[in-house]
Amino acid sequence: MRETNARKSSAKLSSRRQINPRIWLTRHLQVALSSLGRIVRTPFASLMTMAVIGIALALPSALHLVLHNVQTLSGSWDGAATISVYMKATVTDEETAELANKLSLDNRVSAASVIARHQALEEFRQLSGFSEILNTLEENPLPAVVVVKPNENQSNPQQAQALADKLGSMDGVEFAQLDLQWVTRFHAIAKIAERVVWVVASLLGLAVILVIVNTIRLEIQNRHAEIEISKLIGATDSFIRRPFLYSGFWYGLFGSLISWLLVTLSLWLLDAPVARLAGLYQSKFELSGMELSTLSLLLACGTALGLAGSWIAVGRHLNSIEPN
Amino acid sequence: MISFDNVSKRYPGGHDGISNITLQIDPGEMVFLTGHSGAGKSTMLRLIALLERSTRGQLRVGGRNLTRLQRNQIPYHRREVGMIFQDHRLLYDRTVFDNVAMPLIVAGLGHNEVSRRVRAALDKVGLLKRERAYPVTLSGGEQQRVGIARAVVSKPPVVLADEPTGNLDAGLSQEIMTLFESFNRVGVTLLIATHDLELIRRLGKRTLVLSGGKLIQDHKSVYPNA
Repeated sequence: MRETNARKSSAKLSSRRQINPRIWLTRHLQVALSSLGRIVRTPFASLMTMAVIGIALALPSALHLVLHNVQTLSGSWDGAATISVYMKATVTDEETAELANKLSLDNRVSAASVIARHQALEEFRQLSGFSEILNTLEENPLPAVVVVKPNENQSNPQQAQALADKLGSMDGVEFAQLDLQWVTRFHAIAKIAERVVWVVASLLGLAVILVIVNTIRLEIQNRHAEIEISKLIGATDSFIRRPFLYSGFWYGLFGSLISWLLVTLSLWLLDAPVARLAGLYQSKFELSGMELSTLSLLLACGTALGLAGSWIAVGRHLNSIEPN
Repeated sequence: MISFDNVSKRYPGGHDGISNITLQIDPGEMVFLTGHSGAGKSTMLRLIALLERSTRGQLRVGGRNLTRLQRNQIPYHRREVGMIFQDHRLLYDRTVFDNVAMPLIVAGLGHNEVSRRVRAALDKVGLLKRERAYPVTLSGGEQQRVGIARAVVSKPPVVLADEPTGNLDAGLSQEIMTLFESFNRVGVTLLIATHDLELIRRLGKRTLVLSGGKLIQDHKSVYPNA
């Protein structure tokens, strides 16, 4: 029974706009779940969309992970930069030892050790497998080497290089080689690779947005009647936008979860061969998987792209639907 | 409640929907709007619900000046105006209950309040037993009653109906009119566009006659205090 609420007396209209937070939250939850329900009800089409998003996001994630792994690997070499000081053949072992002693007192040097000529030959014989041929040589062709480990305060590449140049110009020294060089080159390459990851990620992120714009556009078309009637009975723009934004959110979230699965699967496939390769280099290197922080970043990016895509679609297409 | 002051609506291309209409509808009035097809009946209703903007003149509904209402305020205005259509405009993938609940959900009411009010509205139109049904399983008259329940469920002070009995036979039309009269008795202002002259005559309410977009007659109610 409709209450006769003295409507005749108050002809003035009121705009009730108070929002009850509990109801508001419940409504949001309902809209989120009903958007999810819509996605689940068309499993094939939804899965296709999510798979496209997943693959698009998997590529930059995988590249990032590879780069991350390589950087960890190279990081462990940085501190181990040494300068090999090759002595002239005329310098005796005693003189070499004396030089090493002198160098180890230098405050730019943390340690200096000698590889005498016979030690060098022995090592070479063992590692190279040329022992037969080496036996035929009349004299030892290898120079003595002083392995200098620069002090920590000399660890940046320029300082280490300066020290190497200095050592190279000393008496009795043939030349000094900084083993850091290739590490710095490697870092430069890694920088480029990083840039490439960003470019690829941006392009594929754009692709994800376009996929979502298109998906949401179709959904808006399918729900044309509902939007029209909602507008007729006084739905605000944000009310009408909401289910589509949630759809975009879900697509982004599930898409990024799929990409995480793809990356994890690829890592698992690569794990054994990488371990074998590392074994060949006497390294205990292991591929590190996606860390929790990277995973959350991936999920955040995925959902943000989903929301951005649906926002664009909704902005472009909702205003064109007006009740008639 | 509704006042037109020299209101005109000209469509792009120069066709006049209505021109220079001035009239006043008091709170709690039940008014019929008649005229030939294209006379401007629908245009008037559309202007009141702000489905369209007038091109000239002042239009007020319940003290609200529609000419100056900002776009983002339109939804709140529409919540105060219930609309009923000849083609019902129901959502066919939702139950009767969900269709009627839409205005309340849009307005942000809580679950219990929604259920209570939807049942009350369905009870009023005699469809409480069909709340779980889908509109396609209902007859034309029943679908129209669902549309009416949706229009009144949020208790708007103004209800507009565009040819509500257009597709119904005389008996069903009478039922619908009886419903409208009962809303009118509790103070709802009703504006009903129809060309069912027989029905209008029988009810003896105030009748506005439009022709070519102009108001040519304004018959006062035969029973002024009805």
